[in-house]
Amino acid sequence: MFGLLGIGCLGIVAIAVIVAVVVIGIYNGLQRKRVAAQTAWSDIDVQLKRRHDLVPNLVNTVKGYATHEKGVFETVAAARSAAMGAKTIDQQIAAEGQLSSAIGRLFAVAEAYPDLKANQNFLQLQEELTSTENKIGFSRTNYNRSVAQFNESALVFPANIIAGMFGFAQMKLYELDSVEERKVPTVQF
Amino acid sequence: MSNSYGAPPPPPQPVAVPASTGAVHLERPELHALPTNVTYRNLIAENRRKSAFLVMLLIGLAVLTGAAAGVLLGASGNSRAAVPAALGGALIFGVVASIAAGWSWFSGPGAILSMAGATPIEKKDDPQLFNVVEELAIAGGLPLPKVYLIDDPSLNAFATGRDPATAAVAITTGLRASLTRDELAGVMAHELAHVRHNDIRLMMLLATMAGLIVFVGDFTRNMRIFGGMGGGRRSSSNSREGANPLVIVLIVISVIILIVAPIVATLIRLAISRQREYLADAGAVELTRYPEGLIGALTKLGACRTPLRRQNEAIAPLFMVNPAKSAVVRGRQDSSSMFLTHPPLAERIARLQALL
Repeated sequence: MFGLLGIGCLGIVAIAVIVAVVVIGIYNGLQRKRVAAQTAWSDIDVQLKRRHDLVPNLVNTVKGYATHEKGVFETVAAARSAAMGAKTIDQQIAAEGQLSSAIGRLFAVAEAYPDLKANQNFLQLQEELTSTENKIGFSRTNYNRSVAQFNESALVFPANIIAGMFGFAQMKLYELDSVEERKVPTVQF
Repeated sequence: MSNSYGAPPPPPQPVAVPASTGAVHLERPELHALPTNVTYRNLIAENRRKSAFLVMLLIGLAVLTGAAAGVLLGASGNSRAAVPAALGGALIFGVVASIAAGWSWFSGPGAILSMAGATPIEKKDDPQLFNVVEELAIAGGLPLPKVYLIDDPSLNAFATGRDPATAAVAITTGLRASLTRDELAGVMAHELAHVRHNDIRLMMLLATMAGLIVFVGDFTRNMRIFGGMGGGRRSSSNSREGANPLVIVLIVISVIILIVAPIVATLIRLAISRQREYLADAGAVELTRYPEGLIGALTKLGACRTPLRRQNEAIAPLFMVNPAKSAVVRGRQDSSSMFLTHPPLAERIARLQALL
């Protein structure tokens, strides 16, 4: 009688231990993947900040040659401050998209000014912005990859139960949302 | 392995590289540079297994070569000394090979860079080159390699190092000056693909081992011809009647080993070198997603008729295209041969065009 009870207790303890080990394993796995995705986001953030720093210099350089393009300068300035003031990642993604297309238009405008295109300072800024844009693009791919990995592992059973218990919310992919942003800026003369 | 890129490549055509600002090409439809079942993880794992096997094979060859050299140098006339001489030779060679491998592990990259006459540069010396390398390092998830410039009008580039953390990429001033931003990205992506695939370590170890085997083969032959003239002949004629047939067989085998081993070692090394070039081209497209850039660069590299000023056979397989004077000056970059370090350029371009 006592022996049977003992075995029962032992069985329950054993099952509890196994469950605890599995839960801890899944929790740590989710946590690691979320940290990886967050690190990938901070890699993007470094490049976005770099772009915020470069934009005023670019605007000032272009202003010296293209005095009649006030509208473009204002769009760029507005997009930049919106991007810098963004509170959430979603807001920032939207605002950075606006900034990308505004910068694209600024370069398109610059095409019409041969003196500007020969300016050493402008060429340097163009190189830096092109590179920053590329780095954002590559970092975005890395970020999306790690977000997709995290999201998938938080959705499958039984990890979805653990994810719900500990509040692992699905993370958002960094997608290009505007149609304008998807297409390569075309140059008109 | 070489047919795993899918459809047979179309015949090479003149390449028109579209003008581009060097902006990122992420929005292209998926390009299958590598077969879909090949991921980087298993590519690198396969490379590691293959490296271990081939290095072991070469060590085996080296020990055999050492034993053969021992027999021929130490026991030419004395039948009883044959076996200890063989063991001694193998032992000496084993130790020397280990030291050489260890040396190349720690000092190889530096030695390679100085043999090529490469000097390190900083971001302010060439912001665009650094930007391109930084972008590709992000794309490949690699630490930023050191960047070197080779002051040479010839067109070429290479990568070295023992792992991604100690990697270095080098480009000639001639190549740097003649490329557009997209083509430069193609070249640097090819070099970073070598880093990412762990090719740089494999090629360095293979070069060391193969070089050593070739050296011992030459050394023994020279010793027998020049050093062995006087004493060797006298002692061998004295002991001829007493020579054990087993020893004669041993000597014959040794001679065969000394002739065959250097050739086999070199062929192994060259075959791997050629295979790695195709893989690095595919890996480069994986990074840039823009085969046009690398195609444009390879076309320019193939048109180059100025050889590198510093010719060095030891580091030739590391370069982007075959740097040998004979190949460059006569425009023989399209030759296909098991004795060449690089696959035919036209074939490399055709495989990239199959991705467009």
